[in-house]
Formats: sequence, C-alpha cells, structure tokens
Amino acid sequence: MVPVDPGTALDAESAQWLRVLGADGAEYDEGLARLHRELLRIARNEANRRAARHRIAGPELDDLAHQAAADALLAITRKLGQFRGESRFTTWAYAFVVFEVSAKLGRHFWRDPGVRLDAQEWDRLPDRFGVEPDREADRRAMVDAVREAVDSQLTDRQRQVFVALVVDGVPLDALAVRMDTSRGAIYKVLFDARRKIRAALVANGHLDDDSVEPR
Amino acid sequence: MTGWQAIDRFLRTDPRDVGCDEAMAVLHVYVDLVAGEGTDVAGRRYPGVAAHLAACGPCTEDFHGLLEAVTRTGQTE
Repeated sequence: MVPVDPGTALDAESAQWLRVLGADGAEYDEGLARLHRELLRIARNEANRRAARHRIAGPELDDLAHQAAADALLAITRKLGQFRGESRFTTWAYAFVVFEVSAKLGRHFWRDPGVRLDAQEWDRLPDRFGVEPDREADRRAMVDAVREAVDSQLTDRQRQVFVALVVDGVPLDALAVRMDTSRGAIYKVLFDARRKIRAALVANGHLDDDSVEPR
Repeated sequence: MTGWQAIDRFLRTDPRDVGCDEAMAVLHVYVDLVAGEGTDVAGRRYPGVAAHLAACGPCTEDFHGLLEAVTRTGQTE
C-alpha cells in the first residue's frame, strides 16, 4: 500500500461536510441532496469529457451520469468512516464518481454489436505505434517480431490480454468487464506481458537493451 | 519518434509502478497535491503513483478527470 501522510486538521469545508453528513433529519437530507447535486455535476462533466471516445451521447450519456452519481453517493455514505482527512473531503468524494463514470463507460463499450474480443487485427499494430503506411518492410518486421514474441513467450491469459488491448485496441476497463476482473488485475497481466515481450525483442536484436534506438 | 522507438517506450516497465489498485487508493491525495503544489512535488512524494500514471491510460484518464473536477470547483484556490 502506498503510504500517505496522516491527515492534518480538516479544512473548514471538509469539516462542514462531515458535520452535515453526520447529522440527523432535515440537515442530513439537505446535505445529502447537495452532495448528490455536486456528484451529478461532476459526473456530467466527466461523461461529456470522455463521450467522443466512447460513442455515447444525448439521453444515454445523461442517464449514465445519473447512475454514476447515484452509485457514487451510495458508496460515499457507506464509506464515510474511511475518510481520514488526507485530502479535501470533496476530492475524496469526487474520486468515487470519476471511478463510476470509468466503470460504466467500460460496460457501455460492449453494447456496440460491431466490437468483439480477439479480433486479432495484427495488421493494425504498426498504425498504433505510428509506423508510416508506406514503410511496408518496417511494418511487416514489427508485426512479425511482436507476434513471434507473443506466441512464444506469453501465457494464454497474457496473450489474450495483450492482443485485446494492444493489437485490437479494446479499452482496458472494457476488457476488465468482459473478463470479469478488475482494472488492476488486467494491468498486472499486461505489465508482465510488456516485460516479457521487450526481453524477447532485445534477445532477438530488434531493440537495444538500454536504448530506445532499434538496431 | 519511429515505430520501434514507440513500441520500445510502451514495452518498458518501471519497477516503481505501484499498479492500479494502489494508485487509485491514493488518487485523491495525489490530485490535491498536484492541484496545490504542482506535478513535480506530487511525483517526488509519490514516485510509484507517478510511474503508474505514466504507463496506465485508464488511471491517467481518472487522474485528469479528478484534477479537472477539483480545479473547476476552485476548491484549491
């Protein structure tokens, strides 16, 4: 776990949030409603900021923002006791709604019937790394070298994750949904795959050990 | 940057990288630090988080979203 500085005295705004959310009756209800409005505002901004990349707009996007705000509010009220004042209360609370927007957009990805897992679009790999279309020899060499490393060095799960994320361009959060696991678990699989593929490319003379220049 | 340089940069891993779960667990602290004292200070205090954000697209997206949320609100002014 990353060590963090212990929280110092709460700022006035954070203290006010904690007081209201710890109150009873009308004060609590009003505080909760205010927090929900804040979360919905953040959710809408965040959903709009990411919308173009996820092909979602209009009422569907707004519905996603509403769901994210509602789920974040629920999580915040459940975990209020875990807030230790290491940040402002609002920063801590806003993180919940940002994460909810991420997760919901990841699930939305699979609603497009045109996308599929394991499309194996190897010919597009050079485009993803900026190799010019007219450099056919470089493109072919890259595909052959990386594909050989993937096939010979990776476990089945590492291969599946690497191909989906890097070759086919499936968003990591969407892949986590499809594989019924977490973002962190997928990232760790990809982390290990990157290390193994690079070692293979170095061993085969495609990359230098300590330089970014190809041999 | 050539394609080989680009793929080399992508494949390189940083041993300081703490991974998604640990980075996201302290993202609120990191973002407040960036908003208040700047990226360099935050990176020096949490090098494992900075290393992770340099390599993980989804977590970087969350970082930018949260940073924008707190700065738009003007809470760090």
